[in-house]
Amino acid sequence: MSETQSNYNYKVVRQFAVMTVIWGIVGMAMGVFIAAQLVWPDLTYGIEWLSYGRLRPLHTNAVIFAFGGCALFATSYWCVQRTSHARLFAGPLAAFTFWGWQLVIVLAAITLPLGMTQGKEYAELEWPIDLLITAVWVSYAVVFFGTIAKRTVSHIYVANWFFGGFILAVALLHVVNSCAIPAGLFKSYSCYAGAQDAMVQWWYGHNAVGFFLTAGFLGMMYYFVPKQAGRPVYSYRLSVVHFWALIFTYMWAGPHHLHYTALPDWTQSVGMLFSLILLAPSWGGMINGIMTLQGAWHKLRDDPILKFLITSLSFYGMSTFEGPMMAIKTVNALSHYTDWTVGHVHSGALGWVAMVSIGSIYYLIPRLFGKQEMFSVKLITVHFWVATIGVVLYIASMWIAGVMQGLMWRAVNPDGTLTYSFVEAVKGSYPFWTIRFVGGLLFLSGMVIMAYNMFKTMAGGKTEDAPVLAPAGHHA
Amino acid sequence: MESLYLLIPLSVVLVFLIGVAFWWSVKSGQFDDMEGPAYRILMDDDRPRDEAAAPRQEAPSGTARDD
Repeated sequence: MSETQSNYNYKVVRQFAVMTVIWGIVGMAMGVFIAAQLVWPDLTYGIEWLSYGRLRPLHTNAVIFAFGGCALFATSYWCVQRTSHARLFAGPLAAFTFWGWQLVIVLAAITLPLGMTQGKEYAELEWPIDLLITAVWVSYAVVFFGTIAKRTVSHIYVANWFFGGFILAVALLHVVNSCAIPAGLFKSYSCYAGAQDAMVQWWYGHNAVGFFLTAGFLGMMYYFVPKQAGRPVYSYRLSVVHFWALIFTYMWAGPHHLHYTALPDWTQSVGMLFSLILLAPSWGGMINGIMTLQGAWHKLRDDPILKFLITSLSFYGMSTFEGPMMAIKTVNALSHYTDWTVGHVHSGALGWVAMVSIGSIYYLIPRLFGKQEMFSVKLITVHFWVATIGVVLYIASMWIAGVMQGLMWRAVNPDGTLTYSFVEAVKGSYPFWTIRFVGGLLFLSGMVIMAYNMFKTMAGGKTEDAPVLAPAGHHA
Repeated sequence: MESLYLLIPLSVVLVFLIGVAFWWSVKSGQFDDMEGPAYRILMDDDRPRDEAAAPRQEAPSGTARDD
């Protein structure tokens, strides 16, 4: 073993951090491409592996699991080492999580355009890839909790609780939902059928949002916001309450994806109730993060990394308000199946998840490559504004289109016939789909700026692992 | 709704396990200090050493090595 116990393992963090940016560009480019297909439906006419239905799951997998996943690996590996004052446990296994995860992504990029899919949203990958994901994820848990176990401080920092909860919950969700009977190498049938399958799928689907896209990124937030602001989190006690409240209640909200379906009515109501309850811990956490800047608001003026982090929290607050509202059955009757849902998801995905990741990666890059700061701080500011305008265009256009679609679909004449045909709603949506395309394009250009800035920062950088220092104020 | 016979017990067991984790963390004193940990992460200086500037807090020499 060439493992140097006295150094932090920066190598794997570095690899994941760089790939976050690369996969961010790939995944968002895919999103822009399918947005263009909605504006120009003939764009790839007749080429089945470039069709919307096949590329849309590729887009979601690339942004959630490739971009978001790499960001979570990078930040959790960094945070758990620095706050535990210990080198990452099991170096070779950590390297396996990197290469294994990249292989999963590449396999997804090959199989999805070829039309191989389990047909489960956010869990499309076929069973051989699911097995690989399981192996990588178990290794991730071993590396993460192994590092916690060998920590040299007794307290486990709150961010690690969020990361740990996310790792365990995702393992459980993945194993239960991906249960399938193989029928050949590229085909399988779900263990569940009909409404059962739908319920298991959305138990998975919503908790994937709750644990992959929320708990994990909250861990990021609770470490990188205080670090970048140079201030302790507003209330450490509240952050602990936030964690326990979130994980005790999140598991039950899934049925709100299945309002007015074959699912029993009481199950839908339970889902709606728990979704409403979730507003409390979510906003507690959002306020806690933003108030960390109390007394240091001026730092927002000229620190673009902090701008990213704090703006991400505003979007987190917005989408966790919007989510419970949309889970109310009467609101859902209007919003479901419309572009409002798409807008809501992107308010969370671009505004919250992507922005908090981008801020955290900007924090990490210079430290990982032996630099004092990014190559150009001005370019981070440019990135911030381009990205913010992009998100606003995206979600505002989707809100308008969504509400319009919902109202047009439900409008009836006095004699009971529908006022509008479906195609009229499609026609009305065109201008907003164009605005959405522009918004997505802006967000993507921001990522390209980030990649340029990153490679410039990396150039001539030292890839040296920092020594593990004894914790400050620690009495041996 | 057979799937609920799976999902509800699963979620209840999970809540129980989370309860055990919570009980352990209270018992083991994880929450005895609700102020210090927030400051402690700020005392962890993770800036790379800058050769041009005055030497920062130095680590024991000879430990920095790539793997």
